[in-house]
Amino acid sequence: MNKYLKFILLALPYAFMTFGFGIYDRVNPEIDGWPFFYWYQLMWIFIAALLTSIVYAIERSEHSKQGVSS
Amino acid sequence: MAYFSTVDYAIFLIVVIAALFTGFIAYLWRKPKNMNDIEEWGLGGRRFGTVVIWFLLGGDLYTAYTLIAVPGLAASSGALAMFAITYGIMIFPIVYATMPRLYTVSKRRHYITSSDFVKDRFNSKFLAMLIGITGVVAEMPYIALQEVSIGYIFRSMSVPVSIALISAFAIVAIFTFVSGLRGPSLTAILKDAIIWVAVLAVVIYIPYKLGGFGPVFASAKNIFGANTPLLVSPVLGLGYTTLALGSALALFLYPHGVTGTLSSKDSRTIKRNASLLPLYNVLLMIVAVLGIAAVSVQGVVFNGVKGNPEPPFAIPYLVKDMFPAAFTSFVYAAIVVGSVVPASIMAIASSNLITRNIYLEYINKDASSRTQALLSRVLVLFIIAGSLVFALLPVASGNVVYLQTLGGAFILQTLPAIYFSLYTRKLSKWSVGIGWVVGVSMAIFGESLDKFSGSTLLPKGYDFIYLGIFALAINVVTVLVIHGIMAGMHKVKDEGIIENDELIPEM
Repeated sequence: MNKYLKFILLALPYAFMTFGFGIYDRVNPEIDGWPFFYWYQLMWIFIAALLTSIVYAIERSEHSKQGVSS
Repeated sequence: MAYFSTVDYAIFLIVVIAALFTGFIAYLWRKPKNMNDIEEWGLGGRRFGTVVIWFLLGGDLYTAYTLIAVPGLAASSGALAMFAITYGIMIFPIVYATMPRLYTVSKRRHYITSSDFVKDRFNSKFLAMLIGITGVVAEMPYIALQEVSIGYIFRSMSVPVSIALISAFAIVAIFTFVSGLRGPSLTAILKDAIIWVAVLAVVIYIPYKLGGFGPVFASAKNIFGANTPLLVSPVLGLGYTTLALGSALALFLYPHGVTGTLSSKDSRTIKRNASLLPLYNVLLMIVAVLGIAAVSVQGVVFNGVKGNPEPPFAIPYLVKDMFPAAFTSFVYAAIVVGSVVPASIMAIASSNLITRNIYLEYINKDASSRTQALLSRVLVLFIIAGSLVFALLPVASGNVVYLQTLGGAFILQTLPAIYFSLYTRKLSKWSVGIGWVVGVSMAIFGESLDKFSGSTLLPKGYDFIYLGIFALAINVVTVLVIHGIMAGMHKVKDEGIIENDELIPEM
């Protein structure tokens, strides 16, 4: 896969968690009493896992295509 | 009447002993022809597939740190503790980018440690030794964190701490000696079964009993008062994010992260786990928030002052408050078992470094695999004994989370030698070596600024930045400047013996 795309997908969590600190250090909106700070990060656990899985899925499918053609 | 009855102590003992016994019988698991082989003893023969690695790395990474240290920090300092969640989110992309490469070359060339890789990449056994020693030193407080945390469990059960700790970890040392990496790997599977039962019960029942997390956050906010908010004070923003970033970058530089990774059977196993292991972070998140629940239930902040309980008591007290004694004993046993697995892997990883990168290189160049395995086995006993001495010192108490960030400040200084060199062979041993010296000196100096109080955030004048990241930044700048100067003088020689394509993982 395009190595820049791979880099961007894997780097997104770092950008959002460090430089994006100002986005999530807040109370509102709350969900069921959970301040934003907490549920936003809970959500990011899944987003980060998804991003890594996407990279893996793309690499796998490219590999199996190569396997057929070569 | 005392809270714990004889039956409850029996439950506790049975669960702990069952787990330790598993460590011994692991010797028979996929039994090798010969355990006196460093790859068999130290890496379980590099045969573990996706499922075992999931348990093994899960047990390796989610430890007493998760169950005691982080909720403890939450119960003393509120939202600051959530840096561990932010850290969890950032762990696995870097694992995906680096570990399959390290694994691929290590399998081809039979490396046991990351220093083995550094040695060939830079063609410098001296640099490999420096990186290896950093690993052993940084691992010590991390092993101690496991032991200190368990000490708090024993105290919560009114068991004499020193005797209980020494007996428990003596058994860990012996089963590690016998079974090698198979010991903690098999124990990790049992550990996960116990931990998930305990944690699921806790995370479902406690919010139910307390009426959801809404009231927990609301009442904790009142008890904390103005000083400890449920958000990170903007002043600490840089400290918070650098602690998280530093911890994430550090995790797989630690010897035990590498040992767990290298025991996989192929690089696909690692890539799959980089996508699967984040599931544990949900657990980490909820357990951390339970630290805040402990404040709400006990009605005090766990800061250890004016008769308030110390931070590591957060989860033990919460469980005690909410559950009958029999179940509390089970949860306590689960936490003990949860610390046994990483302590064992950490001791194996440190021993392998000493054997491979000091003994083999400097003392006995012709040591056979058998001699190496034997030496590593004996070293495990010494490493666990040494960490126990450290753990029993009074200084290693209170906010035990700092034992981890302290080790992290040092291990981060090995990042250029390992992560950078997985992607480029242009750096020389001189630039990376001098960068290391500068980074480690800064880490020591930074600790002294705070009179070695244990906190690893630098003082106000440095915006409370995490020492490890500050030192790493200086380290990297040094590497680049020296590299630039050497390149200008045409002194950069490519001395490494590893070709770049040896690092490319098979799919």
